[in-house]
Amino acid sequence: MTSVAPTNADLALGTPSASEPGNAPRRFNLNLRQSGIYIAFALIVVLFTILTGGDLLAPQNISNIVVQNSYILVLAIGMILIIIAGHIDLSVGSVVAASGAFAAIMMVDHNVPWPLALLITLVFGGLIGAWQGYWVAYFGIPAFIVTLAGMLLFRAVTLMILGNRGIGPFPDEVRTLSNGFTDGYLGNIGLGALGGADLFSILIGVLAVAAIVWTQWRARAGRVKYNQAVEPLAMFIGKLVVAAAILMFVVIQLARFRNLPWVLVLLAVLVIGYSVLTNRAVFGRQIYAVGGNLQAATLSGVKVKSVVFWLFVNMGVLAGVAGIIFAGRLNQANPTAGDSFELDAIAAAFIGGAAVQGGVGKVVGAITGGLIMGVINNGMSLIGSPSERVMLVKGAVLLAAVAFDVYTKRRAGASR
Amino acid sequence: MTGSDIILQMQGITKTFPGVKALQDVNLDVRRGEILAICGENGAGKSTLMKVLSGVYPHGSYDGEILFDGEPCRFAGIRDSEHRGIVIIHQELALASNLSIAENIFLGNEQATRGMIDWNKTNAAAAQLLRRVGLRENPTTQVVDLGVGKQQLVEIAKAISKDVKLLILDEPTAALNDEDSAHLLELLRGLRDEGITCVIISHKLNEVMAISDRVTIIRDGKTITTLDLAGGDVTEDRIISGMVGRDLDHRFPPHEPNVGEEVLRIEDWTVHSPTQHGRVVVREANLSVRRGEIVGLAGLMGAGRTELAMSVFGRSYGTNISGRIYRDGKEVTLKSVQDAIRHGIAYATEDRKRYGLNLIEDIKRNVSAAGLRKLAKGGWVDDNEEFKVADDYRKSMNIKAPSVGSVVGKLSGGNQQKVVLSKWIFTDPEVLILDEPTRGIDVGAKYEIYTIINRLADQGKGVLVISSELPELLGLCDRIYTLAEGRITGEVARAEATQEGLMTLMTAHGQEVPR
Repeated sequence: MTSVAPTNADLALGTPSASEPGNAPRRFNLNLRQSGIYIAFALIVVLFTILTGGDLLAPQNISNIVVQNSYILVLAIGMILIIIAGHIDLSVGSVVAASGAFAAIMMVDHNVPWPLALLITLVFGGLIGAWQGYWVAYFGIPAFIVTLAGMLLFRAVTLMILGNRGIGPFPDEVRTLSNGFTDGYLGNIGLGALGGADLFSILIGVLAVAAIVWTQWRARAGRVKYNQAVEPLAMFIGKLVVAAAILMFVVIQLARFRNLPWVLVLLAVLVIGYSVLTNRAVFGRQIYAVGGNLQAATLSGVKVKSVVFWLFVNMGVLAGVAGIIFAGRLNQANPTAGDSFELDAIAAAFIGGAAVQGGVGKVVGAITGGLIMGVINNGMSLIGSPSERVMLVKGAVLLAAVAFDVYTKRRAGASR
Repeated sequence: MTGSDIILQMQGITKTFPGVKALQDVNLDVRRGEILAICGENGAGKSTLMKVLSGVYPHGSYDGEILFDGEPCRFAGIRDSEHRGIVIIHQELALASNLSIAENIFLGNEQATRGMIDWNKTNAAAAQLLRRVGLRENPTTQVVDLGVGKQQLVEIAKAISKDVKLLILDEPTAALNDEDSAHLLELLRGLRDEGITCVIISHKLNEVMAISDRVTIIRDGKTITTLDLAGGDVTEDRIISGMVGRDLDHRFPPHEPNVGEEVLRIEDWTVHSPTQHGRVVVREANLSVRRGEIVGLAGLMGAGRTELAMSVFGRSYGTNISGRIYRDGKEVTLKSVQDAIRHGIAYATEDRKRYGLNLIEDIKRNVSAAGLRKLAKGGWVDDNEEFKVADDYRKSMNIKAPSVGSVVGKLSGGNQQKVVLSKWIFTDPEVLILDEPTRGIDVGAKYEIYTIINRLADQGKGVLVISSELPELLGLCDRIYTLAEGRITGEVARAEATQEGLMTLMTAHGQEVPR
């Protein structure tokens, strides 16, 4: 199950509300609000493909975009869950730095075997999350304050661990995870004019397409069995074909360069896992219930405090993952690592359709939000824009995304 | 009644939302110096009409004409309508709770001298307004320290300060106890005599009958009729039949109780306030509910009804709770909401929007919210099964919505309440505590809710109904407890219960206590 483009995972999980009978006029609005982000992403990709003369979608560049943004995307997954529950986490940048430093000390200074060191680092991140989760959930301090304090505390912890120096290099395995690619296990095949490409990567891509088709078909068959309305078969197949085409395009481009980045494999697993969690798990449903109406959730028997606590633990673990990836990529744990990552992760979540009041959002949305910023960064640097202009555009995009959300919500509210 | 001088005319108002015609060619005349009541089921279009009038929906977003004092009005917003002397007081009060009474009254209309607020002038003017509305409070008191009834009076004082000509009140007494309601109605009569025209939107027909000069009935976005109450020949049933479009022979469905074993008993139940140290909210309460029985709990606002129910429901209210709970004769300890649900107790809150529903989610996710584990295998929810369950409830409870994917926040009050009931019935409870199950619900939907409650009792469940409306308790319940200042002051069988008798018990304790 290695899918690439997040839009596919979204399709694989389906949007139940998109296929309702009897409310055609509203359906369009609903779809626009839900799918606006994907349309925007597609337009941005097309725009920069044109501006860069196709360089944006060149094999090496696609690979770069994935690898360069992977740690933000990992953080965005944890962040969107926290935002859905109606909280925020400002400390993730510092936790990234602290976990990277902690991992480096273990592996470089104390020669702890790398698998064990990685595991302990994740526990370390989880403990940090538990600390913050305790103050937010059980002590009742607003997450904004707790994690603002955490931002300072864990930066201080980083500096204490590192003593104002960088620590490296990391073992090869860790660097491979952050920066490396799958091996050409099955050799290359020729793709005519496109040249050689890695057969293994392409097979993974084909398998992913098959998996998507199969899960989608099963979901549809299940709905039909329960007499639920489903979208017309032609549209269903059309969507699948588009998704498969995008997926295969990305995989083939990657296969032509240096096979699949390992972080992409990791990301795919995380995105699918967390999407299923939010859609289908009792715990995932409870996140939305807590964010949608805290009191109603409490009186419906949801253990609200426990849900919030575990969300922060989860965020800590994911920050640990991001810390390892980031440190491994630089091959050095650095006192300033992760600086302002929290802002990128929060921006990704809100661009991806999270609501300021909580209760709304999707993992795939946050990933798309993160990729939008990633593509803007990458595309603008390819055409040689100065960094202040990149910042300007990213700020405008964030504001526009949230303004769109507020606007559609207000329109929906006015028609009550 | 003062002649037929028309202060406000709304002519041919039509307002459409995507896919819905909320108002169709509505005509409304308000005479100067009268109290006009607007009655209609929820969703009939009353609030929409008032939003058109006040400029919340600006000129151009609707068709038709508004004439105020004979002049056509084209309001672009609330400020415009307030400028002309039209003030609306909404059901949800819009006061800044951490500001003083005086600050609230003059919010946006500050009494300033050379750009600086003149506090002496502000407070003196506020004090004068408070005297007019009969509120004995210091103008510097913070609004957060006032009860809902007094806050309502502050809103009216604020309206008067704006030189109001037409005062519109949306469900003004919905959250008030009888005493505060009576005071408010008296005040409205006084204002009318001073020449302020009032329009009230209300579900409480006895109040409508008591206070208004005329009643305009709206149904399905159309004006049905306007009745003149001066003659005295218009009855409540006449208004109801206009609202629902059919004659309601009985406001309560007939029901023959089939009472069985005791399903819930509470003994010596005492609850302390979590916020005010040492205050006892419920004191040594004893009550029981049997299978197949509908038991009422009557009490004035602040008697501790909700507090009693919530403290039993897994201690979701109160501290220092003592006493015993028996389920089917066995003592149980309910430390959390989860415990209560596991022991077959359900509690539907009095405020469904704030405490009962996730308004941004759809019907199916609300229905499954409390019983989600029943739909889950190993922690994973079967969403097809969830759809089926919710759809079954949509049909059996007659929830009016295009599908179970409809967002709950957009449903009418009655349908929202049916979603709440579905949610709790899905948890397979043996005892249902229903707190104000028909508050803010129109007459037709009330009948449906009563039918559902009867059905639950017929299935052998015990039902405890908390209600402020005595006729409702009398029409629905087999047995009624009265609660006053946290004590159970009486237990009356249906046959012996009268409104007067219950009211005496509900106020009994307060009179016994020496001051």
